[in-house]
Amino acid sequence: MKPLPEEAGCVVVGAGIMGLSVAYNLARLGVERIVVVDRGYLCGGASGRNGGGVRAQWSSETNIRLMKRSIKICDEFATRFGINVWFREAGYLFLARGEERAKQLAQSCALQREHGLPTRILDAADVKKLAPELDTSRVVAASYNPSDGVVFPWPFVWGYARECARLGVEVHTHTAVHAIEETAGKVTGVVTDRGRVRAPQVICAAGAWSPELTRTVGVELPSHPHRHEICSTEPLKPFLKPFVGDLATGLYFSQSMRGEIVGGISNAEVPEGLDQGSSLRFLALYARSLQRAMPRLGAVRILRQWSGCYDITPDGNPLVGPVDEMEGLVLTSGFMGHGFMMAPIMGELLARYLLHGEERELFERWNLRRYREGNLLSETMILG
Amino acid sequence: MSDKILICRCEDVTLKEVREAVEKGYDDLESVKRYTGFGTGWCQGKQCVAAAARAIVAFGGQPPAAPITPRPPFHPLPIAHLAALTDEEEAT
Ligand SMILES: Cc1cc2nc3c(=O)[nH]c(=O)nc-3n(C[C@H](O)[C@H](O)[C@H](O)COP(=O)(O)OP(=O)(O)OC[C@H]3O[C@@H](n4cnc5c(N)ncnc54)[C@H](O)[C@@H]3O)c2cc1C
Repeated sequence: MKPLPEEAGCVVVGAGIMGLSVAYNLARLGVERIVVVDRGYLCGGASGRNGGGVRAQWSSETNIRLMKRSIKICDEFATRFGINVWFREAGYLFLARGEERAKQLAQSCALQREHGLPTRILDAADVKKLAPELDTSRVVAASYNPSDGVVFPWPFVWGYARECARLGVEVHTHTAVHAIEETAGKVTGVVTDRGRVRAPQVICAAGAWSPELTRTVGVELPSHPHRHEICSTEPLKPFLKPFVGDLATGLYFSQSMRGEIVGGISNAEVPEGLDQGSSLRFLALYARSLQRAMPRLGAVRILRQWSGCYDITPDGNPLVGPVDEMEGLVLTSGFMGHGFMMAPIMGELLARYLLHGEERELFERWNLRRYREGNLLSETMILG
Repeated sequence: MSDKILICRCEDVTLKEVREAVEKGYDDLESVKRYTGFGTGWCQGKQCVAAAARAIVAFGGQPPAAPITPRPPFHPLPIAHLAALTDEEEAT
């Protein structure tokens, strides 16, 4: 193992896609002596356990705008980073089975179109044309954005890690941070199981582990971990174009470039805290809902199930930027079930904000202090 | 040695690919699994995990302390069978 440096300009805790994207972008802008540490191996956290859905269909102007840019980065990632990310422009199809939900989708669709997205509202007959295997008897309407997509998450993590290394960023896996250290309200570094690293800046990109990490330096976050289960079937010949989502049940599924149907469903009854186990209850719930949505899948076999943790915030929006109470501590967490798709653009914007103060308005809004000040945000298109 | 020796028959992962993963620094069992995809197919690693572990060590990687995390179900199961296990109503 490469020895851990005693000093760094900046320590990033977490080598998931978020930490690596931030480190990569900081290094690109000329920041030196960046050290990324992770307790486990690459792809061990949520970044290696997610569904790979990337979409710009959101209900808030901010999410639409950012995700448009993130999808562009995903689209160009293979060329830029020299790695195949299996990006497929599948389109996201959100089904509504009630009038209320249909109205909400129509509103979001109008906003998305204002921002230049080709999203459109479909009726049941259009849905049938797009995905003939779907049972559309209970579908009132749907929204479809053909430019949303699915990717294979793992190569994104490797791609960023490799570019980080090329730019001189040190990535240390199998290195756990026990605590962030401070003196007089200023961050001074981290203590790990492999020694201490002194640094004036610590970026918390620890995903669902973020609250326990910042607590070591007395900073309480409003977010909490929530286990989200997911599974994958045997590979099938490509037949399903869109990524299908139902915001009411939280059911979602798509066909990966490997041919498997990958999907999950909302499940409120999971063990509390950081739990990455799997349950038969989830498989049954998901299977029933999936079979109703697409009866022909009944004969298809589930090969594997696993889970990861969402980092849930009370208002469904992330916690990003400096922490007022602790100089040198920067957050990039609280991304719910959509932090993978956000990471490519978040890394870029956060780096530019930290170095040049760009996008000030966005980072003011997403700052942790909104909880103290009571300026909570909203987002109605959260899945899972 | 032939480049075509398969370690994982379900996902067509070759011995050469395992060696490349180790050389790139993905040298522990879980990382090699993710980098090559071995053990993620029909048998879920039941046939290949021991061979992969041996190969990793032979190429200078980390000796594994445990097998890869086993993922349920134990055998592939049809969605219809699983669906019949619950009568819980879905949220609306
Ligand atoms: C089942 C599932 C499906 C999902 N589907 C999607 C999807 O379709 N689209 C999408 O955009 N998002 C999806 N998400 C969400 C997405 O995966 C996450 O938001 C995203 O990966 C978060 O990235 P991250 O880098 O912040 O966190 P992680 O990838 O979890 O990385 C955090 C890292 O921090 C490390 N760490 C924690 N504490 C410490 C410590 N004390 N010391 C050292 N290291 C530490 C961990 O080991 C971990 O590797 C899904 C999530 C799950 C679980």
